[in-house]
Amino acid sequence: MATRAPDIATGRLSPEQYAANFSDIHPPLGRHEALVEADRCYFCYDAPCVKACPTTIDIPLFIRQILTDNPIGSAETILSQNILGGMCARVCPTETLCEEACVREAAEGKPVKIGLLQRYATDTLMDEEGEQPFERAAPTGKRVAVVGGGPAGLAAAHRLAMHGHDVVIYDARQKAGGLNEYGIAAYKVPDDFAQDEVEFILSIGGITVEHGKALGRDVQLADLRSAYDAVFLGMGLAGVNALVLEGETLPGVADAVDYIADLRQAEDLGTLPVGGRVVVIGGGMTAVDVAVQSKRLGAKEVTMVYRRGSDKMGASLYEQELAATSGVVIRTNAKPLRLVVEDGRVAGMVFEETAELDGRLVGTGATFELPADMVFKAIGQTLVPAVLNGSAETIALDGGKIRVDDERRTTLAGVWAGGDCAATGEDLTVAAVADGRIAAESIHRALSAG
Amino acid sequence: MANLASNFIGIKSPNPFWLASAPPTDKAYNVVRAFKDGWGGVVWKTLGTDPPVVNVSGPRYGAIHSNDRRLIGLNNIELITDRPLEINLREIKEVKRDWPDRALVVSLMVPCEEHYWKDILAKVEETGCDGIELNFGCPHGMSERGMGSSVGQVPEYVEMVTRWCKQHSRMPVIVKLTPNISDIRQPARAAKRGGADAVSLINTISSIIGVDIDTFSPLPSIDGKGSHGGYCGPAVKPIALNMTAEIARDAETRGLPISGIGGVTTWRDAVEFMALGAGNVQVCTAAMTYGFRIVQEMITGLSEYMDSHGFTSVDEITGRAVGNVTDWQYLNLNYVAKARIDQDLCIKCGRCHIACEDTSHQAITSMVDGIRHFEVIDAECVGCNLCVNVCPVQDCITMEEMVAGTDPRTGFPVTGEYANWTTHPNNPMAKPAVVVEPAE
Repeated sequence: MATRAPDIATGRLSPEQYAANFSDIHPPLGRHEALVEADRCYFCYDAPCVKACPTTIDIPLFIRQILTDNPIGSAETILSQNILGGMCARVCPTETLCEEACVREAAEGKPVKIGLLQRYATDTLMDEEGEQPFERAAPTGKRVAVVGGGPAGLAAAHRLAMHGHDVVIYDARQKAGGLNEYGIAAYKVPDDFAQDEVEFILSIGGITVEHGKALGRDVQLADLRSAYDAVFLGMGLAGVNALVLEGETLPGVADAVDYIADLRQAEDLGTLPVGGRVVVIGGGMTAVDVAVQSKRLGAKEVTMVYRRGSDKMGASLYEQELAATSGVVIRTNAKPLRLVVEDGRVAGMVFEETAELDGRLVGTGATFELPADMVFKAIGQTLVPAVLNGSAETIALDGGKIRVDDERRTTLAGVWAGGDCAATGEDLTVAAVADGRIAAESIHRALSAG
Repeated sequence: MANLASNFIGIKSPNPFWLASAPPTDKAYNVVRAFKDGWGGVVWKTLGTDPPVVNVSGPRYGAIHSNDRRLIGLNNIELITDRPLEINLREIKEVKRDWPDRALVVSLMVPCEEHYWKDILAKVEETGCDGIELNFGCPHGMSERGMGSSVGQVPEYVEMVTRWCKQHSRMPVIVKLTPNISDIRQPARAAKRGGADAVSLINTISSIIGVDIDTFSPLPSIDGKGSHGGYCGPAVKPIALNMTAEIARDAETRGLPISGIGGVTTWRDAVEFMALGAGNVQVCTAAMTYGFRIVQEMITGLSEYMDSHGFTSVDEITGRAVGNVTDWQYLNLNYVAKARIDQDLCIKCGRCHIACEDTSHQAITSMVDGIRHFEVIDAECVGCNLCVNVCPVQDCITMEEMVAGTDPRTGFPVTGEYANWTTHPNNPMAKPAVVVEPAE
């Protein structure tokens, strides 16, 4: 095979095509659509959708408030349980949460569009009122450090500020928002929504954000513990799993999370280089996000390769369909064997087909090669535990994540944790928000008792 | 295709669906469009004396909607025709000439003095129309001038004017009744005494359709003020059905032909009115909501229904349910029904449970063995039917009669024997030993 120059290019599309490809994937409901959709809700008793929501938003109530043309009251119902209700309305995999549980899914296979209704209410409040509906309680004089300004940290900070505590958020990046700002696919959160929401949340007052301050590098846990009345850890997962293959660090191989962060921060998508042939390793949401966005940036062929069957993929069926309809080829039951290297850079990848024997993944011996100009690794992120070791005492981990109890208390006194860095459940924005709120209530109880 | 031909007090029409006297029948233009779409007849919008009345130049209608903007109740403050009498008479004559097979009845409303009636009757009779309908029903505007419902509310006036019309005309006379009265049988009896060939009901119900909660003007708002209007549409159907049945089963008016009006929207509604004694039906709101073409659904629906039930004439439907309308005291207190939830159809919304739990008899579970499950507890179920009514799924919850065994709620055996309140031991007025059966 003759050596060919890698096809990695910028500006594959016209500005209009970029704009169209990265516009709102689910356009918001207009008032008429919202009223008609809201009418479909049955106002169930002990509603299954509420049970399926990690933040237990009173969904039947907020939908009924939309129905009676009270979107502001509806938004208050949502935000009182989930201050990032606007983001969750955009990024929640509702098809595996509230909308999967909706009784109309059972009845007709067409659940009430809860996510879009939630967005209708929260957008109306944020657009019309501008400011949030919550007020701070009288100052308590207590100070809480929050590590990480992502969904968990923001939710915790807001709830703590509401209770009258003073909060300082230490965030490693230049902007708060965490994965909402740097990780979610761009077409789910267009128009700088993540920053608008951060501003909305911080407008309650009593919250200071220290940008560019990473735990373990710029601030130490031991110092935070002594300087503050409580500490909440919500710094997410900074480590990225490696393929452990030769050539992994060569040009053309990239971490999906880094690439998505660049994409999210790009002023002009036309300046972002993308391969003509892209291979994505992984089967989770990040894999779908980088695959679909590569395609939308103009990549000619994008193939997602996952080592197990599609039923085991972390990406929901809806996300898999989104990838497929975006032109991404999904290959399942194949694991990376080696990288094909030409002229000191990646030129392709060889995979071995797999099968499951008694739940164990085994190679079948059959192999195939996919030519690639770019290979994205999207095989999971990990907690970097080193940052926790600033303390003399240690924080217990569970499966590589911080162990917490029901109230999100870690094993270290005065330290709570939530979001992706904590061993609580699924790595979802909405789960992180729930963690933050639950931890904040626990911290508040602890500080009030003390 | 069943034969839908109707003969209502000698007035023939190809089907029993007439348009009621209302805005849709104010002009030849509209009426001809209706006939082209298949309506069996019309009652021309009410004529009065010249000079014609004037209408407001602002909103005349207001509505109640279900949440998806289905119009379920309409209110209007429009008066009788505001066109000169002569134009209406000319158009009526032309339309009847061009559409001889359709029923064309003319609605009338003039002051309660004999000469007004005598005068207009002669003019109307000259058009060749099939009959007249006396508008004793409109509750707004004209009633302030001593006409419309202010006549219909006084049985003596009803009888008097009806008698004049029978004396001064050879045309069949239909008396249109107002529901804004405590006992509909009184004006119906009066109409019969006056010689009416038929009654039609109901006219609209006095109503304020709503209030603008920003300006605090009643709706519809005319320069910040509102006046009560007449309410009609699907929402009034139950009221109209009851009044129709009241007249159909009254000893004095039994057999008096009835033209059923009030929220008729589909062929099913029409069959219900006819079953309760109506010979035909009149429609307005449904046409004003969807246009005249809805009659085609009504025609085919009624035809299918008649074929499937083996009815060869619409008259066979009329009155079929009247014998089953009775007084509460004659209802069988030994009849026991229990709700049954079809678990295959149940979508687990829980509305039956919460309705029963919060507002009724705590007779439906929400959880069984830790699993979300809705099931009727027979020992608590009084058979009230609320769960059936609130369930969003068709036929998911049904009422089943207990035909044997013991009612677990009361501990009484189910005997199948009829027993009503007249003999019940809790009735201080009970007449022991003799069970009084309803007449007929």
